[in-house]
Amino acid sequence: MSDKQHHHDAPKNPYHESPRTDEQNQQLKERVEKIESLLIEKGIVAGDALEKLADIYENDLGPMNGAKVVARAWVDAEFKKRLLDDATAAIAELGFGGLQGEHMIAVENTREVHNIVVCTLCSCYPWPVLGLPPTWYKSAPYRSRVVIDPRSVLAEFGTMLDDDVEVRVWDSSAEVRYLVLPERPPGTEDLSEEELAKLVDRDAMIGVTKISTP
Amino acid sequence: MNGIHDMGGMTCFGVIEREENEPVFHSDWERRVFAMNIASLAFLGPIDRARHAIERMDPLHYLATSYYEHWLAGIETLAKDLGYLTDEEIESGKVIDSKDTPHPPPDAEMAEGLARGGMPATREDGRQEAAFKVGEKVRARNMEVRGHTRLTLYVRGKSGVIARLHGTHAFPDTAAHDQGENSQPLYNVRFEANELWGDNVDRKDCVYIDLWEDYLEPAK
Repeated sequence: MSDKQHHHDAPKNPYHESPRTDEQNQQLKERVEKIESLLIEKGIVAGDALEKLADIYENDLGPMNGAKVVARAWVDAEFKKRLLDDATAAIAELGFGGLQGEHMIAVENTREVHNIVVCTLCSCYPWPVLGLPPTWYKSAPYRSRVVIDPRSVLAEFGTMLDDDVEVRVWDSSAEVRYLVLPERPPGTEDLSEEELAKLVDRDAMIGVTKISTP
Repeated sequence: MNGIHDMGGMTCFGVIEREENEPVFHSDWERRVFAMNIASLAFLGPIDRARHAIERMDPLHYLATSYYEHWLAGIETLAKDLGYLTDEEIESGKVIDSKDTPHPPPDAEMAEGLARGGMPATREDGRQEAAFKVGEKVRARNMEVRGHTRLTLYVRGKSGVIARLHGTHAFPDTAAHDQGENSQPLYNVRFEANELWGDNVDRKDCVYIDLWEDYLEPAK
C-alpha cells in the first residue's frame, strides 16, 4: 500500500526496494554466521542469550502492549492522568518496561494538537510498548522529512489535519522514548477496554495515523 | 561528527515506502544481528559507542544498506577496534587469537534481565542542579563536534523554549569515547518550525527534542 506519489520534486526513493540480490543475501547470511560463531568462541556472546533475546523481541513485545496502555487510558481517567504525569510508572502498572523504555513519556493527541514521533539520528523507538520499529520508521525518507514537513508525511499516511491543528514532532535524541496517546474515536462508548485495545494500532501510537470509528 | 546519519531536515529522499504485515525480522540473519548487538553490549558498549560505530560508516554504504546491515557494520567495527576480532578472522571464520575477557558473556537469564529490566540513563552523580527552567528561552549552541553527539545539525544555533526537565542523564559525547559519563541535566526543548526551517515557513508546527545542558546556552 505504498504511496507512489512523489514528494514535490524529490527523486523516487532508491534505498528501500530490497536492492539485495539473492547472492548478496547469501553472502550476508554467511558473514553473520561466521561473526556470530567467532564471537561465541571468543566469549563475547553466549548462544543461549542470543536465542532468548531474539525470541523475546520476535514474540513477546509488540504494539499489542502499547494498545493495552492506550485502551486503559481511554477508560480510566485516573490511569490516564498517571500516564501523562509519569508514563514509565503507569506503563509498568500493566507489566511493561525494559530496554528502550526506561524513560517513557506519553503525549496526548487532541482536537488542537497532533503528536508524531521520530528519531532523526538513528531509529530510537519504545520497544517495550511497540516492539521493534517497522522499516519505514528507520528509513531515510521518514527520518529526514518528518521534522521539516510533518504534514506531507501525515498526508502520505492518509492523515489530513486542519491548518489550525498544531503538529508536534518529537525527535527522540536521548534515552527518553515517546508514545502517542491517540484520540478515542467517536461512537466507541459501548466498547470494553479489551475491544478498544483491538482498535489501537502501531501507526497511531507513532502518530502517523488517527484511529477511526470501527 | 557531521555525518549522513544526521538527516533531520533533508527533503531529498522521496516517498516513504511501507510494507504491509511486515515481519519483525525479514530473514534469519537480521534476527541474529539484532540479538548479537544486544548481547555484545557488555563488551562492545556503551550504547553511545555502538551508535557512533554506525555513524562512522562510509556515507554511500550507509545510504545503500538496510538497518540491520548498519548494525552488523557497527558490531564489526567495534569488535575490531576493541581487539576482539580481526579482518583475517572474519574472512576465514577461524579464531586466530583470543583476547582475555574480564568476565563471561551474559547468559540467557542475564540477557532476559537486560531486556526486561533495561539500562536506565539517569544518574545520581554528576551535575544535578539544572541551569535552565521550564519556560526559559535557550539557544542550541552552534559548535563543532568531531566525535559522537546527539546535538543534531538542524537545531544548532537555533532558539527554543525549555519544555521539560528530564533529570540528570549520562552525556553521550563523552560516554561514547571512554571519557566518562559527565552526567548532566537533560532537557526537552521546543523549537518553532519557522525558527528551524526559515522565515517563509508559516506552518503551525514545532519540534520537541531532547538536549543536554552542555548543548545549550541562554538565548541572546
